[in-house]
Amino acid sequence: MAAVNLDNMTEHLIKIEKLCKSYRLGSKSGKIIENQVLFDVDLTIKPGEFVAIMGHSGSGKSTLMNILGCLDTPNSGHYWLAGNEVASLSNDALARIRNQYLGFVFQGFNLLKRMTALDNVAIPLLYAGMSRGKSRERALEQLRCTGLEDFAMHQPNQLSGGQQQRVAISRALVNNPQLILADEPTGNLDSKTSGEIMALFETLNRENGITIVLVTHEDDVAAYAHRLIYIKDGRVVRDENQRTTSATDEPISQ
Amino acid sequence: MNFLTIIGEALRALRQNRLRTSLTMLGMIIGVAAVVLMMSIGKGAQFKINESIESMGSNLFIVVPGATSSGGLSFSGTIKTLTVGDSEAIAELPYVTATAPVISGTAQLSYGTNNWSTAVTGSTPDYFSVGGWSFDHGTFFTEADLRSAARVVVLGSITATNLFGDQEAVGKIIRITNRPFLVVGVLTAKGQSLSGRDQDDNVFIPLTTSERQITGNQFPGSIRYMTVQGASPDVMDDAENEIIQLLRQRHRIRDGMENDFTVRNLTAIADVASGAAKIMSLVLGAIASISLLVGGIGIMNIMLVSVTERTREIGIRMAIGANRRAILTQFLLEALMICTLGGLIGVILGIAGAWAVSELADMLIVITLGMVGLAFAFASAIGIFFGFYPARKAALLKPVEALRYE
Repeated sequence: MAAVNLDNMTEHLIKIEKLCKSYRLGSKSGKIIENQVLFDVDLTIKPGEFVAIMGHSGSGKSTLMNILGCLDTPNSGHYWLAGNEVASLSNDALARIRNQYLGFVFQGFNLLKRMTALDNVAIPLLYAGMSRGKSRERALEQLRCTGLEDFAMHQPNQLSGGQQQRVAISRALVNNPQLILADEPTGNLDSKTSGEIMALFETLNRENGITIVLVTHEDDVAAYAHRLIYIKDGRVVRDENQRTTSATDEPISQ
Repeated sequence: MNFLTIIGEALRALRQNRLRTSLTMLGMIIGVAAVVLMMSIGKGAQFKINESIESMGSNLFIVVPGATSSGGLSFSGTIKTLTVGDSEAIAELPYVTATAPVISGTAQLSYGTNNWSTAVTGSTPDYFSVGGWSFDHGTFFTEADLRSAARVVVLGSITATNLFGDQEAVGKIIRITNRPFLVVGVLTAKGQSLSGRDQDDNVFIPLTTSERQITGNQFPGSIRYMTVQGASPDVMDDAENEIIQLLRQRHRIRDGMENDFTVRNLTAIADVASGAAKIMSLVLGAIASISLLVGGIGIMNIMLVSVTERTREIGIRMAIGANRRAILTQFLLEALMICTLGGLIGVILGIAGAWAVSELADMLIVITLGMVGLAFAFASAIGIFFGFYPARKAALLKPVEALRYE
């Protein structure tokens, strides 16, 4: 079992080669029926990039995202995260990577119900081994940074969508990750709130140097990213850089 | 995540589902309470039986006249073949310590205006040592009293209370079938015998006095039965053979003829009785254990539902850094906490129930630390056993599938 070294200064934060993923649907008269979602995907992402993965629903972009986040495993191909071959890592090592190195932001926020915003943000710290009291202090600090200090003791159902997503982002940030993976982070939000959330991501990328990979099918959300990767039917069809100033030139909301 | 924090997370999860937690716990509470209650009742019965066995005296035989059965009919105790002479001869045997011949009847007693009808037992001074009696006041009658057929009497504790109330009885004169008797002793209460007869409602007078003045005797010298004390528990079989041989000889019974007497080993009867009590307490415990088992299955059921319902939560926890051990430990701890807390409440309720039973039904209840500990340990074991499968199921979930679960 290979040891994880997340402090590697590698050229590529993420490197994927010939990645394939298929889901087994079942078997009929001895023949296994599979649905292949990703076909020989090659991809590299450097530290500090702000990447948007675009595509229609069913294109495989969420599957790719789950593999990037070590939540799912590919059927074939290679995936190196900060120089570590992910397939060779143990479950515990993967859990530690998700805890320390990655931050997830989901479309449906995925906050734990009946738990305050503060406690939600503190959980990754608890899994990192921090004591409850210390983790609360650190979580409160994080909520202050995202402007949610006053809502620390609210439960998710007492918060608006935008506030919930900001709590989720605080949770993703609390362990100071290198990489934030956002799966349609604005999918459940109105356009004004979407703009605020995207602006927050932009700041994190620009000022804290956090690498951000987000999945979206909305052009105006993707416009905040510096690099666009289009996926269609499980293949990368286009990979282009765009002007870094686009976000400030063309605000989403009129 | 350190262990203390996981305990906190498990507690929080249990608190979030208060109704479900308490209903699951109820199964455990009832199970443990039933085990404690049943075992304490069983132990109480056992204790009571052992107590009456001890009160009977040790290493005893009862010899009654007549064969146990003849042509399918029981004639035990109906034929007047056993005599005082037999009793004296048996007392000389090497494996026998003492004997006490007995004749008995009932008579009307009075002291002042108090009347009481009770059993009158005529015997020898050895009767009290053989039967393991002790005295509250006074002492037993003597060999001299026996020889002279003196009018002296020893009172059972209930008889003494009924005739004298709280007054001192020794030295007073009572009347038995209108004849004056001097009270020389009052016995210490013994309670019920194995057969359920009250051993304290009676009076004892010398055998000779009884024969001549109270019960009368159709065949002078014959006795109702005798108690024989063996030398030690190890020689009971030898003693029994000796008694049988001697009596056959004295009664001139030829080989091949049936005995005209019966020897009963009371120790053997006592063993059977205490064995039965042990089995009863085991059966009660086993029945109660079933409810504990059902409670355990209830816990597994609820934990499985809980894992399914919280699949998404498990997925989220995994996505933000929980490893399998942390998930496993949390769910296992939830089950264990339900069991130990339920077990604790169950123990308290069981003890309270046992107390209520002893108060209301006037039963003897024995609660030992051992059985409380056993019930509690059993409850915890059930928690781990039935909690493990759901906890493992939760821990082995794939993060992406758990997250996608609706």
